[in-house]
Amino acid sequence: MTALRNDVARLGAEGVTVGYADRVVLDNLDVSIPTGVITTVIGPNGCGKSTLLRTLSRLLKPRRGTVLLDGHDIAHLKTKDVAKRMGLLPQTPVAPEGLTVADLVARGRHPHQSWVRQWSSDDADVVARALEMTGVADLAHRPVDSLSGGQRQRVWISMTLAQGTDLLLLDEPTTYLDLAHAIDVIDLVDDLHEGGCTVVMVLHDLNLAVRYSDNLVVMNNGSIVAQGHPSEVITSELLRDTFGLRAKVIDDPVSERPLIVPIGRTHVVSKSDQVRG
Amino acid sequence: MHPGVRIGRWSWVWRPWVALVTVLLAAATFLVFCVSISVGDFTIGLDAVLRTLAGQGERVDEFVIMDLRMPRALVGLIAGIALGVSGALTQSIARNPLASPDVLGITSGASATAVFIVTASGGAAIGSAVGLPAAALAGGLLTGFVVYFLAWKKGIDGFRLILIGVAVNAAMQALTTWLLAVADIRDVARAQAWLVGSLQSRTWTEVWTALWLTAGLVLAVLVVAFHLRPMHFGDDVAAGLGVRHGAVRSFLLLCAVLLAGVAVSAAGPVPFVALVGPQIAMRLQRSPVPPLIASGLFGALLLIGSDLVARVVLPNDLPVGIVTAVIGGPFLVYLLVRANLKRPA
Repeated sequence: MTALRNDVARLGAEGVTVGYADRVVLDNLDVSIPTGVITTVIGPNGCGKSTLLRTLSRLLKPRRGTVLLDGHDIAHLKTKDVAKRMGLLPQTPVAPEGLTVADLVARGRHPHQSWVRQWSSDDADVVARALEMTGVADLAHRPVDSLSGGQRQRVWISMTLAQGTDLLLLDEPTTYLDLAHAIDVIDLVDDLHEGGCTVVMVLHDLNLAVRYSDNLVVMNNGSIVAQGHPSEVITSELLRDTFGLRAKVIDDPVSERPLIVPIGRTHVVSKSDQVRG
Repeated sequence: MHPGVRIGRWSWVWRPWVALVTVLLAAATFLVFCVSISVGDFTIGLDAVLRTLAGQGERVDEFVIMDLRMPRALVGLIAGIALGVSGALTQSIARNPLASPDVLGITSGASATAVFIVTASGGAAIGSAVGLPAAALAGGLLTGFVVYFLAWKKGIDGFRLILIGVAVNAAMQALTTWLLAVADIRDVARAQAWLVGSLQSRTWTEVWTALWLTAGLVLAVLVVAFHLRPMHFGDDVAAGLGVRHGAVRSFLLLCAVLLAGVAVSAAGPVPFVALVGPQIAMRLQRSPVPPLIASGLFGALLLIGSDLVARVVLPNDLPVGIVTAVIGGPFLVYLLVRANLKRPA
C-alpha cells in the first residue's frame, strides 16, 4: 500500500457550508488533501462532489467555514496568487474555434504575466515543457477543435501544467471520452503524480477511481461518508448504502486494487448473486 | 513556440502575420482617408492633400481641407474606430459574433434619447458640442445597463444576452418611431437624416469631443484587455487562471457601451460597422477571436470607405448608413447561416 504523505496538507477545508439559494449542498464539511498523491472524489449524482471541488478551487464562496491553501485562507488570497499555487481544469471547457494548441497552453502562463511582460523566455520554456509532458508537442500548431476528445483533454491538462503548479484540480477529466481515451488521459494524470504533483479530481467511473487513486473521498448528500485508500474504503456495503448499487468487490486481476463488478437484474449466472424478490 | 520581442524587462509575443495585417489596415485606412479628403465639389490632388496635412499646403487647399472636409473625414475615422473596438469587445465578452452594440440595442437606445433631445429642442441640439453627445451617451449607457441587468442570471450567457438585446433593441426602435410620430414635421426631417447615420456637415467641436473620449476609452480598453484573453475560455477557466472575470467584464462592457455611445453621438447610429468590422478583421488576421486594434482600424476603413462611396458613386450625397447597411445586411445573414450550421441539431 502506498504510504500517504499526509503530514503537510497543502489544501483543505474546515467546516465549509456551501449552498445555492435555500438549498445546502455541502454541510459543515472538513476535508484535507494529502500532498503528493491522487485524491479522487466520488459519490452519486448530486452528492456535491463537483461543488466540493469548486469550493476548494475558490470558484464558489462558502457561506461558512474556510478553505486553506498552503496555510492561508483562500478567500483572503489574491485571485492571481491562487492561480500561481493551483491549476484548475473545470468540466468541459471550450476554446474559440481555430485557436492553436500552443496558444491555448500558453494561456496557462497568464497568472505569471503582466501587460508589459506578456511573453518572457521563462514562459516559452514552461509551455514547451508542459506540451512535452502531456505528449501534445507534435500537435502544437494544430487548431484545438481539430483534435479528438482525448487529445483535447491532454491539451487542457497541459494548460493547467503551464501554470507552473504542482497542485492540480480536475473536474471530471474523462467526461465524454470513450474508455481508451479515458485510460489515456488518466494515465497521463498518473504520470504527473509520479512526477510529484498533488492531484484532486472528480470522477464518475468508479473502477477508474479505484484503480488510479491513492485516496478516495466518498460523498453522499453533501457529507463525506468515507475516506482512505481504495482497498480499505471500497466494500459492497459502501456501494449499496452510498450509491444504491448492488455489486461484488473482487480482486482486480490486473492491478493490486479492488474491482467493482455491478450486479443488475439480468445476466446474473450465480443463484446467490441474483436479486431476490 | 512563439518567438518573443524583448526590450529590457518588457516582452511580447511576436506574430508577424498579425503585425503585417495591422500595418496594412492602417495604411489602407490612411489612404482612403486622404482620398476622402481629396474628392468633393472640386478635386484636390493627393500630393496637395499630403502637403496640406504636413502643414505646407496652399491657402485655398488648406481652407477646403482643414475647414470643410477634414472634420467629416475625422469624425468618420474616430466613429469607425470606436464602433469597431466596441463590437470586438461585446463579441468577445458574449463569445458570439452576433453580439454587437447595434444588435444588443445600445446604439438604438442612444439614438432614441438623441431623437428625444432633437425633437424636444426643435432641432437646436444637432451639431451642439454637449447636448446631443451627452444625450446619446446617457441613452446608450442606460440601455446597456437594462440589457445587462435583464440578461444577468448567475452570470452572463451569450445567447441570453443577445435575445434580451434584440428585444430591447426593438423596444428602443419603437420608442424612436413614436417620438418621430408625435414630433413637429421639421424636426422629424432633421432627426431622420441623423438617424440613418450621416457624416454631413461635421464641425471641429464634434471632432474634438469624439477624439478625446475615444482615445481615452481605447487606451483603457487596450490595457485591461490583457485580462480578456483567458476569458475566451469561459468564466471558470478564467478564474482558474487568476482573472477577476466579473470586474474585467463589467469594465470592458462599460467601455464598449461608452464607445458605441460616442460613435452614435458623433456620426449617428451607423448600422453594421460594429458587427462586421471585428468579424472581417478577425478573418483577415486569422485570429480565433476578434482582434481589438485591427477591428478598430477595419471599422474606420469601412466607415470612411462607405462615406466615400455614398458621396462619389451614389447620387444625392446619401447618408453613409445606407451604404454600410447594404454591406452589413448580407454579412449578418452570412453570420446567421454559419451560426445555424455549426449548432448541433
